Amino acid sequence: MSEIIIEGRCWVLVDKDGFLIEDIDTDQIYHNAYLHLTDRKLMGQYALGNLEGWQDFAQKARPGDIVVAGRNFGAGSSRQQAVDCFLALGIAAIVAPSFGAIYFRNAVNSALPVIRWAQVDEWIRGNNLKSSDRLQLKLATGQGRNVNRNLDFCFTPFSGVQLAIIQAGGLFNYAHQLER
Amino acid sequence: MSLTIIEKIISNHSGQQVKPGEIVWMNLDLVSARDFGGPNVVKHYRREYDDARVFDASRVVFTFDLCVPACTLKYADNQQVCREFARQQGFRVFDVDQGIGSHVMIEQGLAGPGKTVVGTDSHLNILGAVGCFGQGMGDVDITFSFRTGRTWFEVPSTVMVQVKGQPSTLATPKDLTLFLCKSLGTKKVALKAVEFYGEAVRALSLDGRITLCSMVTEMAGIVGFVPELNEAVQAKMMALPCFDLKNWIASDQGAQYDEIIEVDVSGLGPQVAVPYLPHQVRDIEEVQGTKIDTGFIGSCTNGRGEDFRQAAQILKGQKIKEGVTLKCVPATRQVYRQLLEEGILESLINSGAIVSNPGCGGCAEGHVGLTGEGEVQISTGNRNFYGKQGKGKTYLASPAVVAASCLAGEIISPEEI
Ligand code: SF4
Repeated sequence: MSEIIIEGRCWVLVDKDGFLIEDIDTDQIYHNAYLHLTDRKLMGQYALGNLEGWQDFAQKARPGDIVVAGRNFGAGSSRQQAVDCFLALGIAAIVAPSFGAIYFRNAVNSALPVIRWAQVDEWIRGNNLKSSDRLQLKLATGQGRNVNRNLDFCFTPFSGVQLAIIQAGGLFNYAHQLER
Repeated sequence: MSLTIIEKIISNHSGQQVKPGEIVWMNLDLVSARDFGGPNVVKHYRREYDDARVFDASRVVFTFDLCVPACTLKYADNQQVCREFARQQGFRVFDVDQGIGSHVMIEQGLAGPGKTVVGTDSHLNILGAVGCFGQGMGDVDITFSFRTGRTWFEVPSTVMVQVKGQPSTLATPKDLTLFLCKSLGTKKVALKAVEFYGEAVRALSLDGRITLCSMVTEMAGIVGFVPELNEAVQAKMMALPCFDLKNWIASDQGAQYDEIIEVDVSGLGPQVAVPYLPHQVRDIEEVQGTKIDTGFIGSCTNGRGEDFRQAAQILKGQKIKEGVTLKCVPATRQVYRQLLEEGILESLINSGAIVSNPGCGGCAEGHVGLTGEGEVQISTGNRNFYGKQGKGKTYLASPAVVAASCLAGEIISPEEI
């Protein structure tokens, strides 16, 4: 299967003391006050709208950007909007040491690459990664690169059906491809 | 090769012997959706598959439990959308009168040992209590499974939790569960399957096992199993429809565990989770005396017969403190009927409690009461996140502690009553 390469500017979700924020739950990503929205285009403006210090994320983010967060990103409810709001903004990938199980599936099924990179925290503490650095991510081999600092790292690659779903543009497209 | 329980179940449903980390297609014995998530499933389904039939109408169900009967127009509409779809497709709806979906599945024999079930309920892993692999998923996943009867799954590794020691006689299954939540936090078993061993968990009744397995979600685990049975549990399980103990799955000698964690529960007493995290758990002595406004007994964690019997035993017909309200919501219609026959509901009502029809009740923003700003609630539910049941503060505890606290008007250990 062919490689998917993503490159973009990153936003490192840190708190006011500079620590990577862990356990960001689906309510902080997409508040339940907007769950009634069904049009994905309208969801972007609320992305991270409930995360302290990051309420203005939707205004700052540009299509192609990459979000970097702490462990257990997307814990909590199964709401799909917490994935769709990033897709609406054109976010290219989300990177974290780990994700909530349901969130991870929802993201893969909507073809939003959710990158599991165990050492993110060390890279941030060692100053090897900052907001606005450009990251390059090769999904099938798990090779990552901080382009600004010329440093390489490894993350958990995507394989098999996960990669195929992302490549197809989501679970439904993937399934229709199989039928064809 | 030696396998753990989850590895065996997924192997049996994927036609290959699996290893942790592998991503496989898994066949499903049951696919469900509830009144939350269900309407989106219908919407996606119609858009993607038009009026194509679901994979097997005898293995697809809707369960309505969050807002039953609907108390908002939104839920009423959503439930009706689901009903009409189910009629058109010819599959079953466990409607607003039936109770919490996961519990109904156990009682009706839809979920049993060795089976695989998915649905839009993030606590569906509660089915681990009967040896079944249940898993909550988003509406895109469930739509796909409605049509195909399959789902992709990354095989989790397994952690063995050895529970050592004998808790005090005051400890109920909920106290054990809260203590395990505290000990395991959200990191130790995150994204893993858990097998609980040790005398204190082997001794648990079926209702107690349901309590424990329901909170594996709060530990961030994929699913929890209690592999060792006792006689009473066996008898209880064999009385369930379609329940075949021959399908009970144990792990193999020499199976590979990611880690073995020991937790000592010697002398454990009543436990309380303080706002706003389920694993922020304290010995009751540390929060004793906290004034409360409301109590809630119910939810998929503590809405079984045993839970209400426990509460009734503490209340013994005494009146709950003036100014305090106690909301009681049996998990299912079956539990409700049983409690009615035993006279438990009458005794709860005589104590001044509200008894409502079965469902999720006061656990989510459901049909039985929210908390207002500044209100303090003590609940037998599983989550006390900010805003989950309104603007108030929620403490989590056992039915016995909730009952005692409602008598006293403040958090108190049942032994003080
Ligand atoms: S009782 Fe609460 S946690 Fe359990 S299924 Fe209902 S809403 Fe979810």
